[in-house]
Amino acid sequence: MKDNTAGITLIMVGVIFVIFGTNRGEALEVMLKAVTICLECIGIGQV
Amino acid sequence: MNIIRKRMRLWVQIITAALTNGYVNGFIQGKIYTGPTKQFCVPGLNCYSCPGAVGACPIGSLQAVISKQGYNFSFYVIGFLMIVGAMAGRFVCGWLCPFGLVQDLLYKIPLMRKIKNLPFDKYLSMLKYFVLVVFVILLPMLVVNLFGQGDPWFCKWICPSGTLFAGIPLVTLNEGLRSAVGWLFQWKLLLLAIILILSIKVYRPFCKYLCPLGAIYGLFNPLSIHRYKVDQEKCVSCKKCQKTCKMDIPVYEQPNSMNCIRCQECVKGCPYGAITTHPKRKKRRNDEKF
Repeated sequence: MKDNTAGITLIMVGVIFVIFGTNRGEALEVMLKAVTICLECIGIGQV
Repeated sequence: MNIIRKRMRLWVQIITAALTNGYVNGFIQGKIYTGPTKQFCVPGLNCYSCPGAVGACPIGSLQAVISKQGYNFSFYVIGFLMIVGAMAGRFVCGWLCPFGLVQDLLYKIPLMRKIKNLPFDKYLSMLKYFVLVVFVILLPMLVVNLFGQGDPWFCKWICPSGTLFAGIPLVTLNEGLRSAVGWLFQWKLLLLAIILILSIKVYRPFCKYLCPLGAIYGLFNPLSIHRYKVDQEKCVSCKKCQKTCKMDIPVYEQPNSMNCIRCQECVKGCPYGAITTHPKRKKRRNDEKF
């Protein structure tokens, strides 16, 4: 347990970040990006 | 059963790749999955525009959020990376990344004389941090259009995983996209071809030198819950671990190197049983240095 203090702390901060990010609409942004074909990602975007 | 145990990592890689790209209909119709799981990131570099992808690529998602006006930082994606990184570090690269699997399979082809590193390996290893800072963070955040929207620079100019898992299948299956192919696609194909050919000769060149996701997870290697320990009582510094390690890491000195992908070959290869994974059964936890 003692060995894992840093890891567990980071996980807890990560969970808080995820909750905060979801609340400010970031999950929705990810969703909107991920459900449409990303033309740039596949190499068809404008240069 | 023994065969499965011997090739456990390969099986985990295959099953993970199949699960995270399990939307078979997408490969038949040349479309992508649009269900609710797309809002969740997957741990590996798995393009969300792959026809089979059921989740979102964390690097693509990070760029998507920070390039959007009003955000500049993604708590959601960084938080996700912190959770995964703090639990497992680059274990993700070794066991869960589909592009890592592709490179592993190519390295098995007995075509060229294998080398562990490219020339100037030390400097090339730093490239992935440059890619992370410049292509994943700074350019998407700072170079924006009139509407305040930036581009996903890493996906657009570099990501070979996106070209392989999304670009090629979609362009092959979708006639509309095929007609839109230009020189950017050709550039990405060229880059992909170089990386794939290089993967036959050098072990995981993309992971070693370019992958921004590996760069992030690598930062967590020394702190993550899953990590290696070297028992100094047992270790005789014979360097067998480094010889076994395809990433060429001196595990006896740096068991939690930022380049270690946790393939566990060194654990199996140590003739003295000096390297152990943590967490492990309590009886092994004696005076070990980590």
